Amino acid sequence: MSDWTVRSITRAMLPVLLALSTLEIGSGLVLGSFQSTLLAHPSLLVLVPVTIGTAGNLGSVLASRLSTSFHLGTLAFAATDDELAGNALATVSLALTLFPVVGAGAWLITAVTQGTDLALPTVVAVALTSGALLAALAVVVTVVATYAAYRFGLDPDDVVIPVVTNVCDVLGVIVLFLVVRVLV
Amino acid sequence: MTLRDVTASAYREAVSALAVSAVGGLVAGAVLGGMRAELRAVPGLLVLVPALLATRGNVYGSLGARLATALHQGLIEPRFSTDDERVLRAIAAALSNGVLTSLYAATVAFVALTVLAQPVASLPTLWAIAAVAGVLSGAALTVAVVSVVFLGYRRGRNPDTLVGPIVTTTGDLFGLAFLVLAVRIVVGGPL
Repeated sequence: MSDWTVRSITRAMLPVLLALSTLEIGSGLVLGSFQSTLLAHPSLLVLVPVTIGTAGNLGSVLASRLSTSFHLGTLAFAATDDELAGNALATVSLALTLFPVVGAGAWLITAVTQGTDLALPTVVAVALTSGALLAALAVVVTVVATYAAYRFGLDPDDVVIPVVTNVCDVLGVIVLFLVVRVLV
Repeated sequence: MTLRDVTASAYREAVSALAVSAVGGLVAGAVLGGMRAELRAVPGLLVLVPALLATRGNVYGSLGARLATALHQGLIEPRFSTDDERVLRAIAAALSNGVLTSLYAATVAFVALTVLAQPVASLPTLWAIAAVAGVLSGAALTVAVVSVVFLGYRRGRNPDTLVGPIVTTTGDLFGLAFLVLAVRIVVGGPL
């Protein structure tokens, strides 16, 4: 920690960075596969960073709360556990309240900067449906990753947050792709 | 705590940070929505976007966390000085790791799109865009992260809790804004 050299920092970080960016090129390829739809409807393009970012944030907030409960010994891996169920419910509630506002915001930004291309209810429906699905997926990924860390004797703080954040990034693009195919 | 208490407290603790970062994400989205000309001019650029943005977040989030830990340990002083080689080396490592990872991502995207027989710009074009965007957004993020961590620490805030929000809200925005600039520098267009 105390001997910071460019070489030692690079040796610790670069392999992780290269692995994660390979994973992110996967989500880029999904994004590229519906590029023509995104270019035809800029309000969907506006939704891309915020959907990916919020999905990752929902996952990382849940992961860090579950890690803390786990360290405090107040967490049990059972559906009847109030700590687990309450945090899962909060994640879904956050998505259901934030994503409609995000959809309306994306529509408004597009309307102001380049004119409307899709109806407001369509953009809100895309954001809300994606958000609800992503919240459910974020809960599953986080609980599985935290449980796996616990079973393998790893500290969930070290492993779970980076894994969950980057997996939720990729899922964010895939879910947006599927929802756009169905709704637009 | 009952189920209702746990849910309510978890919601309240997270909602404002998520809302602030959603606003940052929407502003970044406005930049992405406005760069359709660049996305059309450089086939394969959209495929690179998630990797470039994630790299900014990972590299400069880690720089911020490293500086925060060193402040807590008293290894560095909370003011920027060109004499502090430790801080300079951490910044040099972040910049070089960020640019190297961006060049790698450009190569992987080029190879993947070529294998899939999808349209893609030339490899030197993607390399030049990735390098210019990596250096420019890296410089901007370094200034943002170093000043927020140092100023926050001097004002008695815990720098650990400042790093996440500052990187998530400025990372995507700077990442995309400098990507537009890089495309215009490399392939031409209004600066």
